[in-house]
Formats: sequence, C-alpha cells, structure tokens
Amino acid sequence: MLAAIGVDSIEALFDEIPRELRGGTLAGVPAALSEMEIARLMHGRAERDGHWLNFIGAGAYEHHIPAAVWQIATRGEFYSAYTPYQAEASQGTLQLLYEYQTMIASLTGLEVSNASLYDGASALAEAVLMAVRCHKSARRVLVPASVHPVWRRVVRTLVRNQGIEVVEVPYNAASGHTDLDALARYAGRDHAALVIPQPNFFGVLEPVDELTDWAHAAGALAIAAVNPIALALLRPPGEWGGGGADIVVGDGQPLGVPLASGGPYCGFMACRRDWVRQMPGRIVGATVDAEGRPGYTLTLQAREQHIRRAKATSNICTNQGLMVAAVAIHLALLGPEGMTRVARACHANTLKLVSGLTAIRGVTRAFSGALFHEAVLRLPVPVAPVLRALEGQGLLGGLDLRQDFPELGHALLVCATETKTDADLAGYAGHLARILGKRSRPAASAHRRRT
Amino acid sequence: MLIFELSRPGRRSAAQAPLQVGVASELPDRQLRRKSPRLPEVSELDVVRHYTRLSQRNYSIDTHFYPLGSCTMKYNPRACNAAALLPQFTDRHPAAPDDTGQGFLACLFELQEMLKSVTGMAQVSLAPMAGAQGEFAGVAMIRAYHDSRGDTQRREILVPDAAHGTNPASAVMCGYLVREIATDADGNVELAALKAAVGPRTAGLMLTNPSTLGVFEHSILEIERIVHEAGGLLYYDGANLNAILGMVKPDDMGFDVIHINLHKTFSTPHGGGGPGAGPVGANAKLAPFLPLPLVAGSDGEYRLLAEADRPLSIGRLGAHLGNAGVLLRAFVYMRMLGAEGMRRVAEFSTLNANYLMEELRRAGFEVAFPRRRASHEFILTLWHLKDETGVTAMDVAKRLLDKGFHAPTAYFPLLVPECLLIEPTETESKQTLDAFVAAMKEILAEARSRPQLLKTAPHATPVRRLDEVKAARELDLAWKPR
Repeated sequence: MLAAIGVDSIEALFDEIPRELRGGTLAGVPAALSEMEIARLMHGRAERDGHWLNFIGAGAYEHHIPAAVWQIATRGEFYSAYTPYQAEASQGTLQLLYEYQTMIASLTGLEVSNASLYDGASALAEAVLMAVRCHKSARRVLVPASVHPVWRRVVRTLVRNQGIEVVEVPYNAASGHTDLDALARYAGRDHAALVIPQPNFFGVLEPVDELTDWAHAAGALAIAAVNPIALALLRPPGEWGGGGADIVVGDGQPLGVPLASGGPYCGFMACRRDWVRQMPGRIVGATVDAEGRPGYTLTLQAREQHIRRAKATSNICTNQGLMVAAVAIHLALLGPEGMTRVARACHANTLKLVSGLTAIRGVTRAFSGALFHEAVLRLPVPVAPVLRALEGQGLLGGLDLRQDFPELGHALLVCATETKTDADLAGYAGHLARILGKRSRPAASAHRRRT
Repeated sequence: MLIFELSRPGRRSAAQAPLQVGVASELPDRQLRRKSPRLPEVSELDVVRHYTRLSQRNYSIDTHFYPLGSCTMKYNPRACNAAALLPQFTDRHPAAPDDTGQGFLACLFELQEMLKSVTGMAQVSLAPMAGAQGEFAGVAMIRAYHDSRGDTQRREILVPDAAHGTNPASAVMCGYLVREIATDADGNVELAALKAAVGPRTAGLMLTNPSTLGVFEHSILEIERIVHEAGGLLYYDGANLNAILGMVKPDDMGFDVIHINLHKTFSTPHGGGGPGAGPVGANAKLAPFLPLPLVAGSDGEYRLLAEADRPLSIGRLGAHLGNAGVLLRAFVYMRMLGAEGMRRVAEFSTLNANYLMEELRRAGFEVAFPRRRASHEFILTLWHLKDETGVTAMDVAKRLLDKGFHAPTAYFPLLVPECLLIEPTETESKQTLDAFVAAMKEILAEARSRPQLLKTAPHATPVRRLDEVKAARELDLAWKPR
C-alpha cells in the first residue's frame, strides 16, 4: 500500500502537519486490555453497583421491556446503519421512523411527529424556540413551576442566548397544579407560549383544558409536556380545551428504553400540521419510487442545518435514532391494550404505595390534586437520612425535594410502576414505618402546610 | 407492508403487559381518553418478523463497506456494546445516589481523564448528547467567557465556508452572527480573508482540523495567532479527531475549547441516526464554564458536580448526565485500544485514505486537492465527468449501491462541485478497498458507455430512486387507514 502511494513509511503521510505539533504522548491512557480483561473489569464494576428496588421516578421510569425490543433494535442492520440520507439503502430505518411518527401522532392526538430529539428536557427547549418562531412577535414564554426543575433549567440554558425570557408561573400549594388565579396576572402581555405539563413533576394532573384555552385566548401557543405512558389513559393533548395543544413534547424513555443512569433516551415532538415547517429534527415522509412502489425518505430537509446552515430551525443533527427503533418496536409489542394495562397498573400501584405509606403516622400526601403514577409525600422528619436508611435495606425510596422545592418541607417524590409487586409495596411501607418509628419526634410539629 | 396493515382487532402479545392491573383509580372522568391510540394489534411473532425484515432493507457496516466521508463509519467492537448493556448499568436510575453507582462513575471519571490526555484539554464534560450539542455548549462557553469579562461587543463567530452545517447553526443558537471565511485553492482557510474578518467584534473561530475537505490546515499556528491577537477564542470541532488520535492534540494547536464526536471516534455505531455523545473539553481559561454535570473523583470516590460546585457553568443540556450508555462504550473501546492502539487508528485510517485516493486517481478519477495528502478522507470531483457524460456525483453514488457498497457523502462540502467525500476508516482491509476501486472503475466505464444506466440507478436496491419532490409537496408523515 505504501508503494502504491509512493512513500516509504506511514509516518511520511503526516508530513503536512507542522513538526512542532507532532509527537505528544498519551500519558493518561493506560495500556491496551484484551476483550477478556475489559469484560472482567466491567463485570466487576457493574457488580459493585448492584441491584436496587427502585421507587424513584422524576422523569425517568422503570418499566418492563420485552426481550424482543433490544434483540431486534441491536441487530447490526439497525445498529450500524447511518442516518438514512441514502434512502434506497435505508428503507428499513425510514419505514420504521414513519411508523414511529404515526404512533406518536396518534398517542398525542396531533397531526405530525418528527423522528426524534435528544431527550424530553431538550425537546421542551426546542418547543419553546419553535413557538417563538411561530408566534413571530413575542419572546417571552410561561413555564409553570410544576414542570420538572431540571427541564426548566435546561430550557433556560438552551434559549437564553437568543434573548428569550422564561417566566415562571407558581403552582397552587394545596392542589399541586398550576395556579389558574396566579395565571391571570400574566394576561394582556405578549407571550409566545404557555407550557402545560401532564402529569406535572409532582405527579399531579393539570387542568389542561383551562390552561390550553387560557393560552389561546392570550394569543400564545400551548406546549404540552407529557408522559407517554399516561397518554394511554389520559385525553391526548390534541383534544385539550377548545383548540388542542399546538406542540407536544416528552421523553420517550418509558417506551422501551432502559434507565441506564440517564441515557441515551429520546425526545419526541408532535405538532399541528400548520407548524411543521418550523419543526426541528428529522422528518420522514411517504412517497413512491421510479416504478411507483411505496417508499420512504427524509423530507422537508430545507429546515435542517445541513441544507440551511445558519438559518436552520435547529442545529440538531445526529440524535437518538436507535432509541426510536426501540420505542416503535415496544409500542408495537404492547399495542393499545398493553399500553392501557401498563398505565393502569402504574396508577394502581402508586395509589397502593401512597395508601400504604400514608397509613404511617406523620406521613401525608402533600397535594390534593389527582395523581397519575407519582406522588409527593410529606415526612415528619428530614428526608435525606430516611432515604439513607432505606438504602441500607436495598431500597431507593424516592427523590428528596429539599433542594428544588424547599417550601414543601420534608417532601419526598415517590413512584411505583407496573414493575412493583404487592410485596415490594408492603416492604417499602414496613421499612419506612420502622425507620420513622425509631425517630423520636412529635408528629404534628413537623406537619406544617404552607398555603 | 406497514405494521398497521398487519393489525387485527384484539390480537396482542399478552405476555408483554401486566396480567393484573388493579382497579383503584382517582383519574377524573373528564380527563380520560375516549378513543384508543392507533397502535398496531399484532402478535409478538408479527413484530419480530416485521422489524427483522425491515432491518434487512438497510445497508449497514455489518453488511456493507460504508465509505461515508465525514461520518467515520468504522467497525465498532461488540465488546463495547456488551459491557454497556450489563443489567446493573442499564437498570440504574439517573437520580440514584452517587454512592450506588461508584462502578459506573469510575468509568466516566476515567473516560474524562483519557479524553483530557487525548486532547490536551484541562477539563472535560461528558454532558452533551451529540456533536451538535457539544458545539452549542462550546460556543455558549465562549459567550459566557466574554460576557463574564464585560466584553459584550463580541457578537460574531467566524466559520470556514467548508464547515459542517451544524457550526453556523450552533453559533446562531448562541445568539451570534456568523461570518463565513473563504477557502483557498489547496483547501486551507484563506489567511487574507481571515485577517480581514477578525476584529473587536470577533467572539471566536470554529475550525475542524483536519478539515471537512480532508486536509490538515498547514497554517493552524498562524490562524491561532491571528484569532487570539484579535481577542477571539478558538473552537475545535472534533468531527475528524479520528485522523490525528495520538498524533496531534487540539491543545497544542492552540484551541481553547473543543467537542468530540465520541460515538464515531470511540465506538458507538450510528444506530440509523444516533445516539451519539459530544463531550466538550476546555483549557484552564474556559473550564469553569463547562456544562453540568462533571464527574469528580478523589481517593477512589466519585461524585457528580452540580450548580453549587460550578457557579460559572453554562448550565445543563439535558435532563440527566448525558448519553451514559455511549460514554460506557467509549470507555471500553479506549481501554481496549490503549495509547498504542490510538496511534494505530490515526495511522491506518490515514494509510487507507491515501491508498484509496491514489488508486482512484490511477483509475481515472479527479482528486479535488491533488497537491495535498489525504487525512483520513479525501474528495473526488466529478465536474469534468459530468461535462463529458452528463453523469453526476449523485448518479455515481446511487450506482455504487447496486455494486454492494454504501455511497460516499455526496455534495458536501458545498464548495467543491459534483463531489464525493470518501472516508474508508482504519477498520477496512486492502481487499475491501481494492473491491471498491474495481467497482468505481466499472462505474467510470459505464458512465461513458451506458450513462442512462447510472442516471436511473439504483436498480438492485429494495426500492428505486424515490420521488423526493412528491414527498415534500404532498406531505404524508403518518399512516391513515384507507
């Protein structure tokens, strides 16, 4: 090969690189390991992390994933294919994405879906940017405090530099959903959008019809941020209020993607057909080939960075293709009945967990609003040491809300999906009762409610 | 056949959903869904067969040579995937306390350390979920740096005209104006144009090196001096890091902040469009602005750093800590390569590219930058072939599909007419490269003898050339029953 090139060493091929730049060492990179050695290292580290009985939700949810999902998704033909720019060589991925778009459009009750974004939080930020483009005049958006606190921070990071202002709408301290009375004070000002979480970060259902109608009356777009499992039971955003939500986003993780310490997941986005040219990300369309046979191709690419560069709707390029393959396969395996059963089991298990835990003296539900599959509980004592004690029993008891919602007191966000058995739920209640029982405190004094 | 067309009312994969669902409910009636979503009603076998058959309608690295320029479509060892899918890793909740994930966090910490070594940067954040998000983070850091000094009139980012489309798009997302810098006849940034463009409004320059034209910027040190003297910062787009692994470090070239397309250089297959990961690295000046979280480690204990630890951070880019599974794959791959293996990646990808370029030139193709060495990729221009035969770069790309090869990148970079950008990667053998050259020779002969065969290619794929105009004009983005 060197002779064919006309050089006598590989080193010579680097002769255009200034000599003073070459020859650095890789002191921080250890010597090579064989596959056997790295497997042993990784198994050791995995075992060190162990298995936990998990009751944390907060935007990432433990669900059963059918064995077929990842066996098919990791087939080399899906796993090692590029983004389907060469449509004739990518019909498998393209048709799958078209099927996925159909499923998401139907779940959300909107007309069109894109083929994926990074995750739910960044999808919400993209929806905010999209709403500002659609609205044209306003550069301010309303984001309720009942939206996931990290999602709110992500939105700020991703939109701040474009001069877009994020205004926080308070939640009602009794019900736990967005405060409609408080919303009134934003009327009459120019807002591009109102974000409506369903269910919200506390697990509580929002008054989505009133919020959607309020947004439309105020000349703002309604952006729904939803949990896709909940949509099996709850009215789809396309049917909210008189006109339906304009843009829907969420995290696709609950649909066949493992928790995996936070990624890779995938974000989904659907919208009304009117707004499709403002959508970020890949979109697949059906068409025909030269012989009139049905086929699929990436379409409306003039929105995207590789064509439009500085004028693109987003800089997004490679994102979460394979996760979408898993989501489509997962949704096909569950079907409408399976989805409904999963959602009902999550709801029933969480109610059962909440009822078991609130039977313990001093433990109460923080909010009166109806919940889906998460709940905020108030404990009579600080949450952190309780969670540590539960950890000692092999159990992750939920998320401590002290940092993000100090006004809620000793608040704990818990979640029980369909993966939990009655024994798991009873076990949690038993451990919590023992842990709280050991602590001497007058139950009533810690039980304060701010309204 | 779509999965929806296989659907039959009442058919399902009963074992996949809970058998007992409980009866308790506090969902108010008016919030309930009236009509089921349109999901297919099919058996597990229906699903497995349908999606297996769909997969077979793809080209992929596992089945085809994929010389897709700028995409680094190399083989990724299966061991990386196996390790990332260990159940303790896949089952771990992102909000689980750090002390329940010390094994996982150790991998991430060590990955940060290795990436520091490879790039020369002072600190690395693994948070960005793709290259484009890494670009956003890097440019946002540049803005945060200037803003922190009250230097707020710097509102322009310079980008070479050959750059990936993500560069200008990311700069705009950070609120910047983009100024394009011209390229000279040998594929270098035009220094005169750069000098004319820099000034007190310059926030920074985004540069890929080796560039998207498949050549190393000779004058990188001169470029560095020009930009820094004007008070701007230097951003390194790590899209082509594969070509210089262990050979040259972005820090030595004077870059202040970089991103790495971790998936393509360090072993997560492309997945039909992701997931990727786009870690950002920064020198000491910009490190305080890195996105969250970072992994801190001391005495074998690891923890995630948050807002309180890093008050100057640009913030968070996603709900959790980034594409963790992609990070684990990269860790495994880097440990399997070791330092020596990394240099071999650069050597063999460069060797393969130069060999392929030379053989194609010998076969009668025109190289876009004939006076230059290829880095890990190179460009052919079919300008003269089009004049002579009417055959375009697109036609050649489509005909390659018939010959059992994925097409190279066509029509990028935009400034080279009728171009094919070809990147063989280090994992292909000489035999594969020779077979590709033979196919290209046949196509060249066909272009002259039977151009119509190329204009109507491909012929052997599951579908023929698709009507993209129809797709865009008569938008059909979701299936509806007829």
